[in-house]
Amino acid sequence: MPLLDVKDLSVTFARRGQRTVRAVDGVSFSVEAGQVVGLVGESGCGKSVTSLALMGLLPKQRGVTVGGSAIFADDTDLLKTDERTMRDIRGRDVAMIFQDPLSSLNPVVPIGVQVTEVLTRHRGMTGDAARKEATDLLNKVGIPDPTRRLKEYPHQLSGGMRQRALIAMAVACKPRLLIADEPTTALDVTIQAQILELLRGLVRESGTALIMITHDLGVVAGICDTVNVLYAGRVVESARRKPLFAEPRHPYTHGLLGSVPRLDSGRGEKLHAIRGSVRDVLPWPDGCAFAPRCDRQVDACVGEPPALVEGIHRHAYRCVNPEPATAEVSS
Amino acid sequence: MIRFIVRRLLQLIPTLFGLSILLFTWLHRLPGGPETAILGERGTPELRAQIRANLGLDEPILVQYGRFMQRMLKLDLGTSISTKREVTTEFIERFPGTVELTVMAMIIAIGVGIPLGYLAARRRGSFLDSASVGGSLIGICVPVFFLAYVLKAIFSEQLHLFPSSGRQDPTLGATRITNFFVLDGLMTREWDAALDALWHLVLPGIALASIPLAIIVRITRASVLEVLSEDYVRTAKSKGLTESTIRGRHILRNAMLPIVTVIGLLTGGLLSGAVLTETVFAFSGIGAFLKDAISNLDYPVLMGFIMIIAVVYLLVNLLVDVSYSLIDPRVRVR
Repeated sequence: MPLLDVKDLSVTFARRGQRTVRAVDGVSFSVEAGQVVGLVGESGCGKSVTSLALMGLLPKQRGVTVGGSAIFADDTDLLKTDERTMRDIRGRDVAMIFQDPLSSLNPVVPIGVQVTEVLTRHRGMTGDAARKEATDLLNKVGIPDPTRRLKEYPHQLSGGMRQRALIAMAVACKPRLLIADEPTTALDVTIQAQILELLRGLVRESGTALIMITHDLGVVAGICDTVNVLYAGRVVESARRKPLFAEPRHPYTHGLLGSVPRLDSGRGEKLHAIRGSVRDVLPWPDGCAFAPRCDRQVDACVGEPPALVEGIHRHAYRCVNPEPATAEVSS
Repeated sequence: MIRFIVRRLLQLIPTLFGLSILLFTWLHRLPGGPETAILGERGTPELRAQIRANLGLDEPILVQYGRFMQRMLKLDLGTSISTKREVTTEFIERFPGTVELTVMAMIIAIGVGIPLGYLAARRRGSFLDSASVGGSLIGICVPVFFLAYVLKAIFSEQLHLFPSSGRQDPTLGATRITNFFVLDGLMTREWDAALDALWHLVLPGIALASIPLAIIVRITRASVLEVLSEDYVRTAKSKGLTESTIRGRHILRNAMLPIVTVIGLLTGGLLSGAVLTETVFAFSGIGAFLKDAISNLDYPVLMGFIMIIAVVYLLVNLLVDVSYSLIDPRVRVR
């Protein structure tokens, strides 16, 4: 059994006087212990909403509906657990790292308190014991001079340091599942690599599973074992990392890969861009949402939504006219 | 921090100097004068001139100002024209009443306003939210003297729960030390006197609290709503922290800055006297006395009282600035 089994997750936002938005639409994927799973897509494809739904952090108000199931550790459905129990799970079993490290840290509370409060809440540590553990944690995530840093406030730390501090808080209770929502987006390129290296090291060391949410295929290539590509709230392609990069079947994935600049491409060669924008979407019930932007569009794309087809090595794609398979690739 | 406070205190001097010039020229340009109050309408021009000369009001304004400054530097505020008593004495007798009333009103306004504003923000769109927003609008609109009369009629004259006037029951014969009646009662261990003085503060305190309360509810609600959408609140939730930790450490602490500013301004305002409330409850603070001084153009009282009130106001502001840096480490005081 996988550590986390997400089945048919859907999230809709309904507002009076406005069209109901289906931000996540029947998303299924699973995460094994110690595995790194990528959720990839452009802004607005539903990847962040997915992570918030799993954490139970979507706003609890009328109009927000969450459907499906997310079985964690064989017995707990994260989508149906009451708030009290979720509070115990959050930060202890499932932890999260957010995108913008500056705004994600409380500006008026010292770093030390923000680290120790998790230890106090879930591990009952207080005083010197908590302080010592916090020092060790900062050390572990590569923050130099941790004793001094604990007393400092977020604005006194550099961007990379802040993200390290957030990671320290997330791994403080050795969670079994870590969700990282674009953890490197707000950082310099050199720092990005360091943070990814840190995450990879932590995962390898502790056996924590990691859901990596990103729009950056470089991040995917660097860290993920399996990848789910999302478009307009649905998984359009899912595969292990190597086959996905070697042989993307969905035109959207193909386009994403084609739009990454490469050092080995010819001088003056134009970058391949995907036409249109995320807003040019066909509602899924009326056909493939990507059809309006797709170069391989055929008549069959419109009418009914394409089904998820599973190919060899659990490489699945949702397309009636997929990119041709060029070579046999082993995963 | 100490250097910051000292420098701010030194900055008070030019501010007060400028204020004294403005105040002095404005007051002496007002039509009429203390002689009208003393003589009424019947005084002959000769008598009026005689009185003005006695008070030194016939001299050039610069000379008058010079004499005022001379006294001020010796911390002598002069003698009231209408009561013939020292301005300092009048102030020391009356200001403690105003301070007690202000403290009472602000305790009510803060104690009710912040929790109410917080809850309204957390349950945005609920009945409680609409009720507190609507209620605060009423609180701002209802005239204070009207509310004061209603409170007095119901809780004092009908239900006899609270006294209707004064600062303390004179038949208790309480000992006076500081003129802060509650404090005096505690210091002399005359518990009944302290309690009685406290009891006298309740109704005027509520009446005076109405507008500050309404303002604090609104500013708290707005500030908390803003903080609620911040990423660090989401981070706090993602750590599985308890509701009380999230509320105190992550929401309220960040929401406090604008609230503290407003509390400072409101406190400063209340400390300059509450004429209407004091009049309705026959409460002897500086408000009613200042009002009389204005209609009599009692120059020494006006100058003295307003200068001291200005100092108090500026000190409250300094306190607000200092508390900023205690709340938010990003606000550096230098």
